[in-house]
Amino acid sequence: MTFFIDRRLNPKGKSLANRQRFLRRARAQIREAVQKSLKDSGVADIAKGRKIRISTQGTKEPRFRLDPKKGGKRDFVLPGNKEFITGDQIKKPPSGQGGGSGKDAATSGDTEDDFEFTLREDEILDIFFEDLELPNLVRTTLSEVPSQHWKRAGITTSGSPTQINLIRTMRNSFGRRLALKRPTLAEIKALEEDIALLEGKTAAAGEDARLLALKVELERLNSRRKWIAFIDPLDVRFNAFTEQPQPTSQAVMFCLMDVSGSMGEREKDLAKRFFVLLHLFLKRRYEKVDIVFIRHTHDAQEVDEQTFFYSRQSGGTIVSTALDKMLEIQKERYATADWNIYAAQASDGYTQSGDAKRCVELLETELMPICQYYAYIEILDEREMEVFSSEEAGAELWRAYRMVAENWKNFATKRIAKPADIFPVFHELFRKQETA
Amino acid sequence: MTAPLFTEPEWSFETLDRVLKAVEEIAIQDLKLDIYPNQIEIISTEQMLDAYSAMGMPLMYHHWSFGKLFAREEGLYRAGHIGLAYEMVINSHPCISYLLEENSMTMQTIVIAHAAFGQKHFFKNNYLFQQWTNAESILEYLAFAKRYIAACEERYGHGEVEAVLDSAHALMDQGVFRYRRPPRPSRARVLEKQRRRLEHAEEDYRELWRTLPQGAEPPPPDRNSWDIEEDEMGVNPKLPEENLLYFLEKYSPTLKSWQREILRIVRHLAQYFYPQRQTKVMNEGAATFVHHTIMHMLYEKGLLTEGAIFEFLASHTAVVFQPEFDDPRYSGLNPYALGFAMMSDIRRICEEPSEEDRLWFPAFAGTGDWRGVLKNAWANYRDESFIEQFLSPKLMRDFRLFALADQADAAVLNVSAIHDEAGYRRVRSTLARQYDISEAGPNIQVTGANLKGNRKLFLEHRMHRGVPLHAQLRSQVTTHIERLWGHDVALEEIAGD
Repeated sequence: MTFFIDRRLNPKGKSLANRQRFLRRARAQIREAVQKSLKDSGVADIAKGRKIRISTQGTKEPRFRLDPKKGGKRDFVLPGNKEFITGDQIKKPPSGQGGGSGKDAATSGDTEDDFEFTLREDEILDIFFEDLELPNLVRTTLSEVPSQHWKRAGITTSGSPTQINLIRTMRNSFGRRLALKRPTLAEIKALEEDIALLEGKTAAAGEDARLLALKVELERLNSRRKWIAFIDPLDVRFNAFTEQPQPTSQAVMFCLMDVSGSMGEREKDLAKRFFVLLHLFLKRRYEKVDIVFIRHTHDAQEVDEQTFFYSRQSGGTIVSTALDKMLEIQKERYATADWNIYAAQASDGYTQSGDAKRCVELLETELMPICQYYAYIEILDEREMEVFSSEEAGAELWRAYRMVAENWKNFATKRIAKPADIFPVFHELFRKQETA
Repeated sequence: MTAPLFTEPEWSFETLDRVLKAVEEIAIQDLKLDIYPNQIEIISTEQMLDAYSAMGMPLMYHHWSFGKLFAREEGLYRAGHIGLAYEMVINSHPCISYLLEENSMTMQTIVIAHAAFGQKHFFKNNYLFQQWTNAESILEYLAFAKRYIAACEERYGHGEVEAVLDSAHALMDQGVFRYRRPPRPSRARVLEKQRRRLEHAEEDYRELWRTLPQGAEPPPPDRNSWDIEEDEMGVNPKLPEENLLYFLEKYSPTLKSWQREILRIVRHLAQYFYPQRQTKVMNEGAATFVHHTIMHMLYEKGLLTEGAIFEFLASHTAVVFQPEFDDPRYSGLNPYALGFAMMSDIRRICEEPSEEDRLWFPAFAGTGDWRGVLKNAWANYRDESFIEQFLSPKLMRDFRLFALADQADAAVLNVSAIHDEAGYRRVRSTLARQYDISEAGPNIQVTGANLKGNRKLFLEHRMHRGVPLHAQLRSQVTTHIERLWGHDVALEEIAGD
């Protein structure tokens, strides 16, 4: 008897568990390969699955094998003889070529090649964001005034009637009734039936005494039932609740970007790449993260993601307008008690003269006290990068921000000149801190 | 004239059923094959890759090496470097064969004849499989192994389990009984024993003892059966032991009972695959011969269209293609080609023998009973003995086989024999020995263990004709043995024969 079974609809991904084990095993090699392959690719492509090539170091599976090249004798047979006759001598092919017998090359174990396989999108991101986290997130949420909520906290003997715990109460009552031997209804009923039976009969001599005894017994049981209550106040239990502080792990990220004319296509592109990366990272890392996009020229507006990244605007440059806008939105929607506030700003470093001072003022007095972290990314062209090779040198905004950075630990400034800088800078900014 | 079984290239369950009945009729009534009940499963490419990477088994415990294999095969397959096997057979009862959903109807017909009848007859009737493997219980045993290892991972952590499995896998080739028949407890007894072991461990568990600085782990129950001490004559009755995994499982001073159980699982698997490794040529040859014969009979009955038979011939030719040794495609003798050629040759010798054949194979040349001869061969031979017995001079000429003698320190290879009158026997026996896996693989034995002193374990590699172990692999595998043994391991290479 033969059966056909269609297995095609069976659940997929049977080997997923093996794949995860393999990725874990080859972690080091894979990470290296991924970093290398990400280095030159555009940010928009970063989240795509890709082929990587890793060496088999670390995932070798050694077995005992013979090594006939090192010693001893052996005989073997090959097909396809053309000109040889018995007694001929053939020069051995140079080692490493496989040569004489292809079988050896296949079995000698250490000739296993590097191999290539495809990593999926989530696996890539996992590896890329592996060591990164939003700085200071946990610490400050706990030090902030947290919101409260009620939490179950076991059972108590006092409380309001609405919180009565029936199961516990009844269990206690049952135990007590058993212990005190409270007569059950069934016992009393049986006794009453007996009495009724005896009363029904015309009393024979001697039965009277028994009837009397039964009646006394019934009396005793009934009174016992009365003084052993079915539910005693002692039995009653209530669900207890306590108030607990709840740490908020929601964060809001302000993305600020200069979109004015002085920001060329290239600068904007670099800034966008940085934000895209940031965006991916945040969406991935934390469940509840709001992102606010603010773009500015001489005037700042809050825009949606699409507009932020892909539309253009022209005008002058006043950086402080963006900071004002951020402050306004924060006051309106993101109370510091409930939200962790992060900000990232990208600019080419130029602003209307005198504005840098106002920016510093705003940051020092208003923004930095409420921000967990503020990252400033300055986008330069490569020539500028050489000129400003030292940290001190820089445009007006850079110098102003350097002052802020000296006063505030959670303020960071970085410079980017080419796409390849983005990943290292990003890594540096969001590196996991040893001590939180 | 009968109508062909199918005319369209797409398969459907109805045509599969029709084909299966037609094939079965020929297989059972004409070829008199004897098979377990069939269970044919249609699977997708991903599932085929799954099966590939899990040693060809439908269920398997989890290990990273399977994931690695899957990633590699998937990459090669997607890049178009390799095609997938059209089928896969599992030696179990009932016998499961997988058909790939992408196959055309002609391919499905070939595959049914090849896998569901050819290979299965071989599995059921060959003496090696009958003696050494247990088709009835393998699937249940695998289910048990998977559950058990998953439970261990949960209890002791992935890393711990992985370490044991890594080491056990490294010794898989040394984890079989070659010369003595392994004890074959029934499945029920295996499970019962396992259950009792677990219960014992759980009963022995005392929370109080756990907190003591020492003696946290209850002593392995095998401690009492440490009978590998030498007797008065200085001879140890249980040594040497060829099955390293068995030895470590029984006598390792450091392994915990769950680790021993994992070694046992890997050892059972190695033993299960051992006959397959010894019968590659015969197994594939038998299956190829059967599908070739059946396809032609179907065609003669008018059940296959011309198109189908051409498609079959194209695919069949590709399967039995044997590149010559200097061809860049050469990677050893193709077991399909050699096996199929030998079996077709047996049929030729039975039906139209030459004078030479009568001289070489007087027992069956010209008898016409090729079915009987083949069935006997399938039942009672393995690759090595089959080649030694049945490889004919004509085939050696066809394949142009020649034997080489290689000495490691010489600069040249000597042609010791070719396909001529003087060389037939030498070529044949050289080739036969090439297929003797006990000779092709290293012979490593446990020769002693110092249980009273430093607990050093002594291993010996008895070199066959002076061929040493691959040095780098040797040290890597020795590290694995040390991990399982828990103390130093000395591996000595001595001249064997």
